[in-house]
Amino acid sequence: MTAHSSVETADAAPHPLRAFWHSFSASNGALAGLGVVCSIALLAVFADVVAPHSPYATDSQAFLRPPFWEEGGSLVYPLGTDAIGRDMLSRLLHGARLSLLIGVVVVAISLAAGVLLGLVCGFLRGAVETVVMRVMDILLTLPSLLLAIVIVAILGPGMMNAILAVTVVVLPHYVRITRAAVIAELSKDYVVASRVNGAGTLRLMFSAVLPNCAAPLIVQASLGISTAILDAAALGFLGLGAQAPLPEWGTMLADSREFVMRAWWVVTLPGLMILATVMAFNLLGDGLRDALDPKLKRQ
Amino acid sequence: MLRFLVGRAVLLVPTFVGLTLLTFVLVRLIPGDPIETMAGERGIDPARHAELLHQYGFDKPLLVQYGIYIGRVLHGDLGLSIVTQKPVLHEFMALFPATVELSVAAVIFAVVLGLTAGIIAAVWRNSIFDHGVMTLSLTGYSMPIFWWGLLLILLFANVVNWAPVSGQVAIQYYVEPVTGFLMIDSLLANDTAAFRSTLAHLVLPMIVLGTQPLAIIARMTRSAMLEVLGEDYIRTARAKGMSPLRVVGLHALRNALIPVVTVIGLQIGVLFTGAMLTETIFSWPGVGKWLVEAIGRRDYPVLQGGVLILGSIVMAVNLAVDLTYGLVNPRIRHAR
Repeated sequence: MTAHSSVETADAAPHPLRAFWHSFSASNGALAGLGVVCSIALLAVFADVVAPHSPYATDSQAFLRPPFWEEGGSLVYPLGTDAIGRDMLSRLLHGARLSLLIGVVVVAISLAAGVLLGLVCGFLRGAVETVVMRVMDILLTLPSLLLAIVIVAILGPGMMNAILAVTVVVLPHYVRITRAAVIAELSKDYVVASRVNGAGTLRLMFSAVLPNCAAPLIVQASLGISTAILDAAALGFLGLGAQAPLPEWGTMLADSREFVMRAWWVVTLPGLMILATVMAFNLLGDGLRDALDPKLKRQ
Repeated sequence: MLRFLVGRAVLLVPTFVGLTLLTFVLVRLIPGDPIETMAGERGIDPARHAELLHQYGFDKPLLVQYGIYIGRVLHGDLGLSIVTQKPVLHEFMALFPATVELSVAAVIFAVVLGLTAGIIAAVWRNSIFDHGVMTLSLTGYSMPIFWWGLLLILLFANVVNWAPVSGQVAIQYYVEPVTGFLMIDSLLANDTAAFRSTLAHLVLPMIVLGTQPLAIIARMTRSAMLEVLGEDYIRTARAKGMSPLRVVGLHALRNALIPVVTVIGLQIGVLFTGAMLTETIFSWPGVGKWLVEAIGRRDYPVLQGGVLILGSIVMAVNLAVDLTYGLVNPRIRHAR
C-alpha cells in the first residue's frame, strides 16, 4: 500500500477495491463464507503438516475406532478411524485438498473456455453463434448429473474424467453470461470509439470489452466452485469420480455406506465437510454478487 | 398468440435433434464398437462379430446409421437392454411410475412448505423466523442430498423407528399393477394396509428429494413477495383498511406467484438429478436407480435410451412452463 497523496480530497471517489470491500464486508454472511473458505484452503495447503497421520496408512489394531469424546475413542485418532483403520481427520484434511482442487480446476477450465466461446459468439454472431448456442442449450436441457454420468460413461470413471465431465456440465453458464455481456457492451460508445481508433477485433475483445464483463463472471465462478464440488462429490458417491484409496469426500461416503448403522462418524463427517465448503462458497458468491453487481442483488 | 406457441415449439426441433445426436454419439465414442460392447467381457468370435455388425447395420456409413437410429427412435424402438434383453422402452415405462410418484410427492412437499415459509419470511421481514428460513434455505441449497439421505437413514434406523428406510412397499404386500402407480393400484385393490405401507416408505425419500427444490422455492417466494409488497397497489389496499391477511393472501400472493410457478416448473431437471441419488440410497425402484445401475453394468442401450427419454421430458416440461408463463404474463409473449 502506498501512502495517500495529499491532493486527495474527502469527496474524491474511493478506490474501486476499497468501495468493493466496503460493500462486501457489510454482509456478515459474505464475511463468514470468506472466513470458512480461507480456513479450508489453509488446511488443504498445509494438510501434510496438520494431519496427524498419512491419509492412506492403515492400522489393523484400530478398525472403526470412534472419535475421542466417545467411549473407546482416543486422541491418537481424534475423529476416529474408518473400516480399515485409516485416520478420519487426516483423510478429511487431505480430502479438502482434492475437493478444492476439483472446484478450482473445473471453474478455471470452464471459465476460460466459456469466455472464449462467449466472446466469439458475441463478436461474430451469425452461424457460429447459432451453432454454439444451440449446443449449449442441449447441454442445459439434460439434468446436470445425468450429463456428467454420460460423459464419465464414455471416458471411464476417475477423478480427471469427473473433472472433465463437470466442466462440460457447467460450461454453458459461462458461455451464456459472456455472450450476453459482450452483446450489451458492444453497442456502447467506448467500443465504437475504440474501433474508430483502429483497434483490432482481438484488442477489442480482450482489452476493451472483457474487463467490463468481469463482474458477473466472477460471481458465477465463485458460485460455480460450489456446484463443481457438489457434483464431483455426487459422482464420487456413485463410484464414478475419484477412485477408492483417494480421500475424496464423496468417495469416502460411498465407502462408508455399509457402516451407516454401526459407525456414525464415517458417514457424518465427510458430508459435513462437503456441506460446510459448499455453503461457504455459496455465501461468498452471494456476497460478491451483492458487492460487484448491484443490479443482481437479491432482496 | 398462435405465432408465439408455434415459434416456441419449433425451437424444440434443433434441440431434440441435438439430443439424439448426443445419445447416438455416446455409444460410438465408447472404446470398441457397439457389438463388442454388447458382448461385454465374454468376447465374441470374429465371424459372429462381422455378422452382427452387418445385421445391426454398423457397417453402413455413419450418416446412414444415424438416419436409421432416428427412424427407430421415432417409432419408439430404443433397443434392447444388454442385461435383461428386454426393450429399453418397456423397462423405462415399468419403472417410471415409481419415479413420478416420488417426484410428485417431493414437489408437493417442497411447494407447500416452501410457499408457506417464503410468505411468512417476507411478511415478517428481518424477524428471527425470516433469518431462520434464509439460513435453512442456504443449507438446503448447499446440501449434498446423498449425504442427507444417509443421515436420515442413520437417524431413522438407529434412533427412532418412525419410517422405513428402504424400498417402495413392505415385502409382504403384493399389489396387482394396473396403472403402474403403486399408490393408486393399492387403493384400487382396496388394500389399505399396502397403501399405508407405500405412504410410510415414501416419507424419507420425499423429504430428501424435496429438500433442494424446497430451499429454492422458499427463497424465490420470499424475494418475489418482498418485491410485490413494496408496490403501490399494496399500499392502497392497506390504506383502504383491508385486513392484512386479505392483502397478503389475495393481492400480493397472486402476483408473487408468477415467477415462483416458473421456478417450480424449472425444477424438473433438479428433480431427475436428485432422483438418481435418492433412489439409489433408498433402493427406490425407479428410473434413477435403473440408470445408475446401468452404468455399473455397462448397459449402454439403457443409458442411451434413458438419457434420450429423460432429456425429452425435461424439454417438454420446460416448453410447457415457458408457454404457461407466456399465457400468464403478456409482456413475455410480445417481447420475443
